[in-house]
Amino acid sequence: MTLTPLSYRVVDRRDETHDTVTLVLDPAADALKPFAPGQFAMLYAFGVGEIPVSVSRLADGHRLTHTVRAVGAVSRALCGLRIGGWVGVRGPFGTAWDSAAAHGNDLLVIAGGIGLAPLRPLVDAVMAEPHAFGRLNVLAGSRTPADLLYQDEFPAWEKPFAAVTVDRPANGWTGRVGVVTTLLHEARFTPSDTVAFVCGPEVMMRATARALIHQGVRPDRIRVSLERNMRCATGHCGHCQLGPLLLCRDGPVVGYDQAEPLLTVREL
Amino acid sequence: MTPHPGGPPGEGVLAALAAEHRGRLMALARDVALPGGTRIFEEGEKADRFWIIRSGTVALDVHMPGRGRVVVETIGAGSLLGWSWLCPPRQWHLAAETRDPVRAWEFDAAAVHDLCAEDTALGLSLVTVVAETIGDRLRATRTRLLDLYGPPGPQGSGPVP
Ligand SMILES: Cc1cc2nc3c(=O)[nH]c(=O)nc-3n(C[C@H](O)[C@H](O)[C@H](O)COP(=O)(O)OP(=O)(O)OC[C@H]3O[C@@H](n4cnc5c(N)ncnc54)[C@H](O)[C@@H]3O)c2cc1C
Ligand code: FES
Repeated sequence: MTLTPLSYRVVDRRDETHDTVTLVLDPAADALKPFAPGQFAMLYAFGVGEIPVSVSRLADGHRLTHTVRAVGAVSRALCGLRIGGWVGVRGPFGTAWDSAAAHGNDLLVIAGGIGLAPLRPLVDAVMAEPHAFGRLNVLAGSRTPADLLYQDEFPAWEKPFAAVTVDRPANGWTGRVGVVTTLLHEARFTPSDTVAFVCGPEVMMRATARALIHQGVRPDRIRVSLERNMRCATGHCGHCQLGPLLLCRDGPVVGYDQAEPLLTVREL
Repeated sequence: MTPHPGGPPGEGVLAALAAEHRGRLMALARDVALPGGTRIFEEGEKADRFWIIRSGTVALDVHMPGRGRVVVETIGAGSLLGWSWLCPPRQWHLAAETRDPVRAWEFDAAAVHDLCAEDTALGLSLVTVVAETIGDRLRATRTRLLDLYGPPGPQGSGPVP
C-alpha cells in the first residue's frame, strides 16, 4: 500500500500566499489509512516527480489536506494543479506530534514559515480537546506579513494565545518585528510543565530550542520536525539518513534531546 | 533573543541583577507613561537616557532615504531600550517609537555612570546585562539576515535538505 501511489483528485485549492497553495484531495477509489498530525505523504505530480509533504489539516473520512510551497519542479507542479487534477499519494509516513504526551501541560506551538503547515493539525487537535491541556500558545515567524499562512485562522487561535512576528515589515504592518523567539516573553506557559512543538528551518529550530532550554523547558519536551531528502519513505533507500536516524521512519518529529547532537555536527 | 519575560521589576533585564544592585539602580528610576505613537528618541541624537520597558511595545526604526522609516525590531516588557549611552559616541544609532501605550522605568545615563563608578561590582553586573542584550540582538539580527523563511537557493539561504 505504501509503495504504490493511490490516485487522489484535487477537490479544492486555495492560494495561501504568492508561492504557497493548499490542496484538498479525495481518493478516487481506495484510500490511505488515516494520518496523524505531523505525519507526511509522498505526493506524486504526474510526469514530474514525488516529494514529501506533511498533512496540514485532518478531516473526517479519507480527505487529505496539504499546503505546498513552490520551491522547485515538483512543488511547483503541485501548486499549479487545478480542481479536478490528479495526484498520486503514498502514506502515511513518519512520526507524529505526540500530543497525548503533552496532556495536562502547557503547549507551545512555534512555527517558522511553511513550518506552520505541519503544526496546524496539532493546533486543531488541541483546540478540539481544550480541557486535556494547559495553556495553548501559537507563535509564528514569517518573512514578511504577506508570507504568513492561514491568516484568517489566527483570530480563533488568539482565544488561547497566538502571536506573529515578521523579519521584514511591509508598510502599514503594526505587529511585531524580529525573530520568533522574541514572542516567548508574551507566551503564557510554565517552563517546567510545558511541551513545545517546533517546526521551521533548522537554524530557527535550534535557536528556539536553545531559548526554551534557557527558560527551563527540558530538551526531551521539545519536539522538532527534521526534513531531509526523501525517496522511498519506507526506510530502505537511506536518502533521509541523519546519523543513526532514518528520518522517514524515525522522524520527521523527534525530541530535541535526540536531535541536538545531530544538528550541531557539520556533516554526518 | 532579547531577555524580556514579564514586566514589573524583578523580571526581564532587572531579574539578571542581584537584589542589592537592583535596589540601588531602581533608586534612580523614574516611572514614565508614554502614549502610543510617541517618538522616544531619534537617530543621531545624544543618548543620555535608557529605559526598561514594563508594559507595551516599542518599535526601533531606521530612516531609509526614499522609503521613510523602516522598523527593524520591536521590543516588549522586561526589555532594555537603549544601550548607545554606554559607549562613545553615545548617540542613538536607531530611533524608537511606542507602538501602544508604554509604561517604563527611565534612567538618566550620567547618574547610572556615576553609580557604576562608585560601586564597581554593580557596574560590572550592569555592563554584563547590557552586553547580553546587545549579544541577543546581534544574534537575532544575524539569524534574520540568513533570510531563513525565504526561497532556498542562491538568492536566499533557506534550508536545503
Ligand atoms: C517530512 C517532510 C515534510 C515536508 N512537508 C512539507 C510541507 O508540508 N509543505 C511544503 O511545501 N514542503 C514540505 N516539505 C518540503 C518539500 O518536500 C520540498 O520543498 C520539496 O521536496 C522540494 O521539491 P521540488 O522538486 O519542488 O524542489 P527541488 O527541485 O528538489 O528543489 C528546489 C529548491 O528547493 C530546495 N529544497 C528542496 N527540498 C527542500 C526542503 N525540504 N526544504 C527547503 N528547501 C528545499 C532545493 O535545495 C532547491 O534549492 C517537507 C519535507 C519533508 C522531508
Ligand atoms: S527516504 Fe528512503 S530510507 Fe528514508
